[in-house]
Amino acid sequence: MINLWPLILEHMLIVVVATVISIALGVVLGVIAYWVRHVDTVIMWCAEAIQTIPSLALLAMLMIFFGLGNTTIIAGLVLYALLPIVRNTYTGLAGISHHIKDAARGMGMSKLQRLIKIELPLSFPLIFSGIKIAVVNSLSIAVMGVLIGAGGLGYPIYRGVQTRNLERILNGAIPVVLMALIFDYTMSKIEQRLIKRAR
Amino acid sequence: MIKFQNISKSYGHSIVLDDISFEIKQGEFVVLIGPSGCGKTTTLKTINRLIEPNKGKIFINGKDITKVNPVELRRTIGYVIQQIGLFPNMTVEQNIAVVPKLLKYPKPKWQEIVHNLLELVDMPYEEFAHKYPSELSGGQQQRIGVLRALAASPPIVLMDEPFGALDPITRDSLQEEVKHLQKKLKKTIVFVTHDMEEALRMADTIVFMNRGKIIQMASPEELLQNPADPIIKSFMGRHMENENNAPKLLAEDFMRTKVLKVPKTSHTLECIELMSRRDVNSLIVLNDDDTYAGTVTIEAIKAHGKAGREISELLSEDAVTIHRKEDARQAFDKLLASSSNYVIVLNDNRTVAGLITRTSMAKALGEALWGEMKS
Amino acid sequence: MNFLDFIAGNYIDIQLSLLRHIELVGISVLIGMMIAIPVGIFLSRHKRMSGPVLAVAGTIQTIPGLVMLGFALILFGIGRLPALVVLSLYAILPILHNTFTGITQVDQSYIEAGRGIGMTSRQILYKVELPLAMSSIISGIRISTVYIVSWSTLAGLIGAGGLGDLIWTGLSSYNSNYILAGAVPSAILAFAFSGLIGLLQRMLMPRGLRGVRV
Ligand SMILES: Nc1ncnc2c1ncn2[C@@H]1O[C@H](COP(=O)(O)OP(=O)(O)OP(=O)(O)O)[C@@H](O)[C@H]1O
Ligand SMILES: [Mg+2]
Repeated sequence: MINLWPLILEHMLIVVVATVISIALGVVLGVIAYWVRHVDTVIMWCAEAIQTIPSLALLAMLMIFFGLGNTTIIAGLVLYALLPIVRNTYTGLAGISHHIKDAARGMGMSKLQRLIKIELPLSFPLIFSGIKIAVVNSLSIAVMGVLIGAGGLGYPIYRGVQTRNLERILNGAIPVVLMALIFDYTMSKIEQRLIKRAR
Repeated sequence: MIKFQNISKSYGHSIVLDDISFEIKQGEFVVLIGPSGCGKTTTLKTINRLIEPNKGKIFINGKDITKVNPVELRRTIGYVIQQIGLFPNMTVEQNIAVVPKLLKYPKPKWQEIVHNLLELVDMPYEEFAHKYPSELSGGQQQRIGVLRALAASPPIVLMDEPFGALDPITRDSLQEEVKHLQKKLKKTIVFVTHDMEEALRMADTIVFMNRGKIIQMASPEELLQNPADPIIKSFMGRHMENENNAPKLLAEDFMRTKVLKVPKTSHTLECIELMSRRDVNSLIVLNDDDTYAGTVTIEAIKAHGKAGREISELLSEDAVTIHRKEDARQAFDKLLASSSNYVIVLNDNRTVAGLITRTSMAKALGEALWGEMKS
Repeated sequence: MNFLDFIAGNYIDIQLSLLRHIELVGISVLIGMMIAIPVGIFLSRHKRMSGPVLAVAGTIQTIPGLVMLGFALILFGIGRLPALVVLSLYAILPILHNTFTGITQVDQSYIEAGRGIGMTSRQILYKVELPLAMSSIISGIRISTVYIVSWSTLAGLIGAGGLGDLIWTGLSSYNSNYILAGAVPSAILAFAFSGLIGLLQRMLMPRGLRGVRV
């Protein structure tokens, strides 16, 4: 039995870093899509296209640019996480009632003030569900990092596959699935609370 | 033709239908009416076995319907619901022809049916047959809903608030069409509504229900003349007032309560400004204790008023007043006899309750005759 | 070596891998459909079972592809069969989910109207529920197909063949030509399938349903 904790931590770290970057990027893109006319379709289309690319293909191509290692898997996860975050940010912002937007405008808030003080907070529950989807997916996809020289729980799994060792596979697989389920569960709870509070 | 025999239905502990017995004759237009939740829909659905009663039997033409296969039964009973329920994936023609096709009518036969039915409601086949429900107006959709129910010429048609979601004008014309179709095709129709007007207009017989029981089953005339229960009276509300034993109408029933009032101490300029802003030519003036003091007209101010003076100097006490509990008839007589446009209605303590103008009188009369008016 | 030269040189290999890949995707999505649609219909009639069944299917979906392939490898050995088993398993969930929700979300008034005019429950299923759920079912098939194109590249690991083989060769020998020769066509394949199914979905949608909530 190998010590799994370092692998679990590394796995988490990869996912956390990727998620933080994709939140920053995704929210910005979502806001741009919301603010700039016609750009929304382009951004959505791109995010969806990236998601359509097979993960192994995307990671392999990224490896050509970033080389072997954690950077590549993080880049891949960021790209995959964009769609749910961008989409939910955009629909959240666009879905805010006109009355509220007009009220904010009527109070003399600038575009940026409206965004930061009113619109983003109101869209937060929806953005949060986008983040949840991104995190849960990333936990699972991060396993593939091992194929492009990254660390994390993919390592024991891949070794297990290569040596046809079920126990080894499970060593990696069980923590991954558990983490995914736990994150899904707790974040869903938070999500429900956020939605309830927003009503 | 349709006979209910001691029908009861309950869900858990709540009793929805409580030992209902009645009979519907061939070719009769029966309307079920009553407050929300009284069991109208449930009663209707027991006829085509969408709901099975816990107790009792229903006979159609002497035959116990539980002895008939429910699917077969439903194909001989037309059914129209409020949500219309036209299948959005089918054209008008396909929707109308659903039941004939289920009954395996040959194509020429069901096509002829569709043609004839569309003609009946003045929707030309060429124009409408190949449209989808989403391409029709609400009224047109419900017409098709009715036609679908009639397509296999069932002797009985059930309708559950079929016009509830339509605007008043469309509803009027559909009511007429359905009544016309019923007479022409000699259908037995069981119709649910909670609109008394609709019931009075369409029914041969009205069945008034409350809390799972039938309170009264009678012709519209009978129901109007001898309502068996206070709840029926309250349901008929305004329809009752046209009868001989109508309650006495009082002045207060006809007044409008939004009235421009000013204290005696107001200044002339203020009043002029107020009158021009509200586009009136007189104001009611109150004493310090809010009791009625008199009126002031724009002419009086123009003729005698001086800027900065109080209006108490220009007060006229000529206006006709009446107590709010006085007979409306008197108010009208006074109004018609007087030269002014209004009668002032006073409370017991001589404060102002409202005003009867010629317009408010006409409006209230209209409401009493024809129901709620939109202004 | 230049990428285009590489393509020209290995044209036959690439084409073969592509065909193999399409075959893998086609078979497993078909199997997935054959299981998921009937089960979805069944669950829509027996809603009580839907919760647990969908939860299990959802959990299977969170198991990383590499793990599933590992299981299959150990259970069935190397080759196409284990790959097809795993891929079909993955194909089930989105279709199952969309079939179930598609049918259960059909407005109750249509079903009531159907019953009221004397349709049997089978007729309601075929004439009302399935046509109204069709769009949702097809979009489930589309999601499945995109997934499966992706998982199939991974299945190269256990000898399933297809474009994944080229990527694996590229990754293990650090040869970007091989990587691109596998990755680019697989991405194009995913776009093409997604686009085609989207088109099919629009074509199969009756005019009456456009812009209508079912
Ligand atoms: N499936 C059910 N389970 C439990 N209670 C029910 C069910 N269906 C109806 N009820 C109850 O039965 C009563 C009668 O319902 P029904 O639909 O017949 O009323 P209704 O007279 O048609 O009212 P409305 O005018 O609002 O349509 C209601 O109190 C309703 O809550
Ligand atoms: Mg009802």
